[in-house]
Amino acid sequence: MSEFFGSPHALLILVLAGFLPNEIWRMAGLWFGAGVDEGSEVLVWVRAVATAILAGVIAQILVQPPGVLAGVPDWLRYGAVAAGFAVFMLTRRSIFAGVVSGEIVLVAGKWWLG
Amino acid sequence: MALPPLDSLQWKSPIRAFAWGVSSVASTVLTLVLFATYLGIGALAHDSGFSLGWVLGSTILVWAGPAQIILISTLGSGATAVQAAIAVTVSAIRLFPMVVSVLPLMKTPQTKRRHLVLVTHFIAVTLWVECYRLLPKVPRERRIAFTHGLGCGLVTVCMVATTLGYGLAARLPPLFGAAILLLTPLAFLLSTARNCRQISDVLALVLGLALFPLVSMLHTGVDILISGITAGTIAYGVHWWRERERA
Repeated sequence: MSEFFGSPHALLILVLAGFLPNEIWRMAGLWFGAGVDEGSEVLVWVRAVATAILAGVIAQILVQPPGVLAGVPDWLRYGAVAAGFAVFMLTRRSIFAGVVSGEIVLVAGKWWLG
Repeated sequence: MALPPLDSLQWKSPIRAFAWGVSSVASTVLTLVLFATYLGIGALAHDSGFSLGWVLGSTILVWAGPAQIILISTLGSGATAVQAAIAVTVSAIRLFPMVVSVLPLMKTPQTKRRHLVLVTHFIAVTLWVECYRLLPKVPRERRIAFTHGLGCGLVTVCMVATTLGYGLAARLPPLFGAAILLLTPLAFLLSTARNCRQISDVLALVLGLALFPLVSMLHTGVDILISGITAGTIAYGVHWWRERERA
């Protein structure tokens, strides 16, 4: 069991650094949400910051790739994502087509490089 | 798959409504995107040295793809728990407006706050989008049961994907392991781009992507926060300025 869950310390960090800081915003919405106007300017700013943070996470995985993704050359990682995005735009925003195309470019490119 | 009409007797039973919620998981392409994302999260957790039970626990407890990726990648790259918690909580602020906007769809005059706790936990971008699409087709008094079903269905799919991604990362040759790790940024980039409604959303996405590589050279430990708040605030500023010009 300890191998499945890892150390109790790791689980404590999951709760303190992952669960609580995330869940607090959901529960805040449940408790205080009735008073906030859906279209208010604060929420426009919150959404913009949340989007930009997510964009930063995407960039982090591409620029400082984890694990075996680091074995793929920079230009191929960026190229695969650019190709996926181009197909997404060309297919009237099909996420599925974009993801599949990006993956094909990555796998084909890596295979071709050997 | 179509839901029964609003006046159908099938909606009489809350258990049936729950089951309709579970089976609605199969009716959206977003489930596939979520599956791909959690394959990636499982693989990322494996390559960052976390246990399978830990990452499954994060899927149940955190239940927000971006927060899980931030948690795994910050802790995995040696950040402290406090730095990780700050990055997670800032990324989670966006859940607040989602909860605020979606709960009124489910409330009846009899609804108590405690009836909404589990529904609130399930709210993340996919459930939020699907509630807007599906709940108008569900009688109001069955919407909580239906959403519980939808949430449980989505969590189950993601648990399977997390386990599969974790196992695949351990066994696959590096070529396919890299492909699974690329799923996360691809799926997030495209689903975020699809959700952009206003100029501020588009600018936040583009500036956020562009600023991170610059800010990361500072090695502050909270690079994501700095680039995110800066890019988001600039994007909001442009929105504000355009609104003022128009007025």
